[in-house]
Amino acid sequence: MEIGEQVIEVSGLRRRYGPAKGDGGFEAVRGVSFSVARGELFALLGTNGAGKTSTVEVLEGMAEPSGGRVRVLGHDPYRERARVRPRIGVMLQEGGFSSDLTVAETARMWAGCTSGARPTSEALEMVGLAPRADVRVKQLSGGERRRLDLAMALLGRPEVLFLDEPTTGLDAEGRRETWRLVRELRKGGTTVVLTTHYLEEAEELADRLAIMRAGRIVVSGTPAEVTASRPSRIRFTLPEGVPAARLPLSLKAAEHGRGVEIRTGRLQESLTELLLWARQEGVELTGLDARSASLEEAFLEIAHGGGPDTVGEDDTARLAKAGAR
Amino acid sequence: MSATDTGSGTGVGVAGGAAASLGRLRSLARAELTLLVRNRTAMFTALLMPLAMVLFMRSTVEQAPLEGTGLSPTDLVMTSGIPMVLILVVYLNLIPAYVSRREELVLKRLRTGELRDWEVLAGAALPVVTVALAQCAVLVAAGAALLEMTPPDRPDLLVLGVLLGAVLMVLTAAATAVITRTTESAQITALPLLMVSLVGSGMFVPLEAMPERLADVLRLLPMTPVVELVRYGWLGGGEPGEVLRALGAAAAWALVSVFAVRRWFRWEPRH
Repeated sequence: MEIGEQVIEVSGLRRRYGPAKGDGGFEAVRGVSFSVARGELFALLGTNGAGKTSTVEVLEGMAEPSGGRVRVLGHDPYRERARVRPRIGVMLQEGGFSSDLTVAETARMWAGCTSGARPTSEALEMVGLAPRADVRVKQLSGGERRRLDLAMALLGRPEVLFLDEPTTGLDAEGRRETWRLVRELRKGGTTVVLTTHYLEEAEELADRLAIMRAGRIVVSGTPAEVTASRPSRIRFTLPEGVPAARLPLSLKAAEHGRGVEIRTGRLQESLTELLLWARQEGVELTGLDARSASLEEAFLEIAHGGGPDTVGEDDTARLAKAGAR
Repeated sequence: MSATDTGSGTGVGVAGGAAASLGRLRSLARAELTLLVRNRTAMFTALLMPLAMVLFMRSTVEQAPLEGTGLSPTDLVMTSGIPMVLILVVYLNLIPAYVSRREELVLKRLRTGELRDWEVLAGAALPVVTVALAQCAVLVAAGAALLEMTPPDRPDLLVLGVLLGAVLMVLTAAATAVITRTTESAQITALPLLMVSLVGSGMFVPLEAMPERLADVLRLLPMTPVVELVRYGWLGGGEPGEVLRALGAAAAWALVSVFAVRRWFRWEPRH
């Protein structure tokens, strides 16, 4: 196996629901490109409806793309399903298990349908469901169902694991436990593609991530790169009688009542300038707060409309512009 | 408890082959059998309905116009019993089964794995098909042992008719599931084919006792060729031309339903 081999390659992926032409259809994925190297953990972030699941379903071979090219382990996941499936594991956003079967019966059925399956007891143990083996699926909690789903995805010792919102519905402990497991799998060489809307999850697990909005990838990179691409923020309140207009022009300040917010790509320089100005003018900046962008801020800003090119613009104006494009 | 042994390139190549396919079918069928046994309504439909219907037919058969058809009342009841079992056990049980698996997202989840699409449908059908085939065998045995019927004249034709009928019922059940939203509404969506087959396919009134023109139209119904093949196979008497026509019609219906299922079957609920 060559080092740095690309396990997943996606270029110009489009996915359309409904009729191919006219207004009846809806294009959920609009030209998405990325690749995932072997052993990497790649996270797709976005709000609901951003196109994460629509993208992942194409990678899993569940649906045919309406445009672009997708390769998983060197094969077309839809047309060469039989070649790809034995090497991947899939956990859908919502698991589908017959409610009248027990956990053990469900696992046995899946094991029989999976080549090179590990023992079912081992798979259940990995997710901590072994003590619940004889319980009917309908009696499981939402979190337990997610863990059963994960166990089934792990049965075939997959080279590539697709996890669509794996921790939704889990409590804090279940989430930590799943993270620990995913990290362990990654350490063992499994390539993981994860969708999530928990920022903490992506920050915790992902080697690289991409943030999607309205069917497109807006930014991608390591968590550090993504946050570095966002402006830092300085906030403070000016004393009465000191209008924000007196601030140095080089600082792009926005007023919210008496509060002022400055966004800057060069936090240290801007802050120095501000503080020098404040000393010179004898102005007290109350509630002074300066911070680099967190992934959460980056996400909120991007996911709700602000691309890197449109920082600071008003949300509705931006959306209108996007619609007109 | 170790998760680190993954990603070692297991399962390289195609997980194909008849053996693998058979293994998958068996696992799925086993789970479906468990579900069948746990579902009281389904068990009732599968085990008691056919018996009730055959008994009901026996009580009404005296009124059937059998003159000139060469069929005795017993012949009519027993040979109609086989297609009736196929409808009641396979068709009526499979529609709600497919619908509930679809609505519970089981079908969608199964399709993420190595199962082929046809294996998902066939695996779900195997338990009821097996139950139906066993009941057909019981009917034939009971005919010979208790009712002084002759053993099947052409067993090959009988078996072929039963198998074609079973396949047809599985496929039409899948096709009917397309227009069925809930397991409850399956009781309604199943009615057209059920009624048309009981009335028009020669089960209660043999086609030979009907006007020629009407009989020719009724031969176009999906279950008619199955009924005919079963009669020719059990009682004998089919001209080669008639047998071929029935085989052709049954095969045509099977092809049409394969097409319909491939084209329209939905693997997940409508959003």
